[in-house]
Amino acid sequence: MSDPAVNSPRLHAARPVWYNLSPVNLPIPGLVSIFHRVSGLALFAGMFWLLYLLDESLASAESFARFKAIAAHPLAKLVLLGFGWSFLHHFCAGIRFLLLDVHIGSSLEAARRSSGIVFGVSLLLTVILGARLW
Amino acid sequence: MVGRLVVGAHYGVRDWLVQRGSAVIMAIYTVILVGWMLIAPPADYAAWKTLFGTGWMRVATLFFFVSLLLHAWVGMRDIVMDYVKPTWLRLCAHVFIILVLIAYAGWSVQILWRT
Repeated sequence: MSDPAVNSPRLHAARPVWYNLSPVNLPIPGLVSIFHRVSGLALFAGMFWLLYLLDESLASAESFARFKAIAAHPLAKLVLLGFGWSFLHHFCAGIRFLLLDVHIGSSLEAARRSSGIVFGVSLLLTVILGARLW
Repeated sequence: MVGRLVVGAHYGVRDWLVQRGSAVIMAIYTVILVGWMLIAPPADYAAWKTLFGTGWMRVATLFFFVSLLLHAWVGMRDIVMDYVKPTWLRLCAHVFIILVLIAYAGWSVQILWRT
């Protein structure tokens, strides 16, 4: 059996195709995607500390006071803001992916626009979160 | 895709569904919790404790945590499959992630049901 596509000289001439996947060269939907992955990884890595904070906040009145003291530290606030941004980006990008799953906004134009919206909304909410933290 | 033989394995459809389903549960929980916190922010420890002490809140938060751990499993498994090439290392990473997530499951239950 000979497959004309496999033996086509044009196909062979076009190989290998080299895609530049460096983050600085990614189109904006690609940035949303890789940030979604990085933020998910960050949240997994931070889950121990976040669970610890929830534990401290609920265990007793004394541990709640310790939780307040930790959360009042500027460095802890900065880290919490980082996790806040990770969560918000992951949340917004996740909703975008769910919509893409059901074929909403899957045209190139709409996908680029919604990527911008994901970054805009998650950054805006992060700023609001930061304002409430400080 | 043309002419591909689809036999045997389930090709990750179940994991894909778990990832999406858990995401929707967590999103609903988050929106309701944040909305609640904005409407009636707990003033002190007693109010905070009462919020998480009610039966429905414990169950809803348990749903959130179970979803979180299943979601983290699928996501972390995908990351490990993409970047960790040596089989033994990938296996070790998978086992490590599973153990960590099971430990978190126990911890979250303890946080929620401790008197």
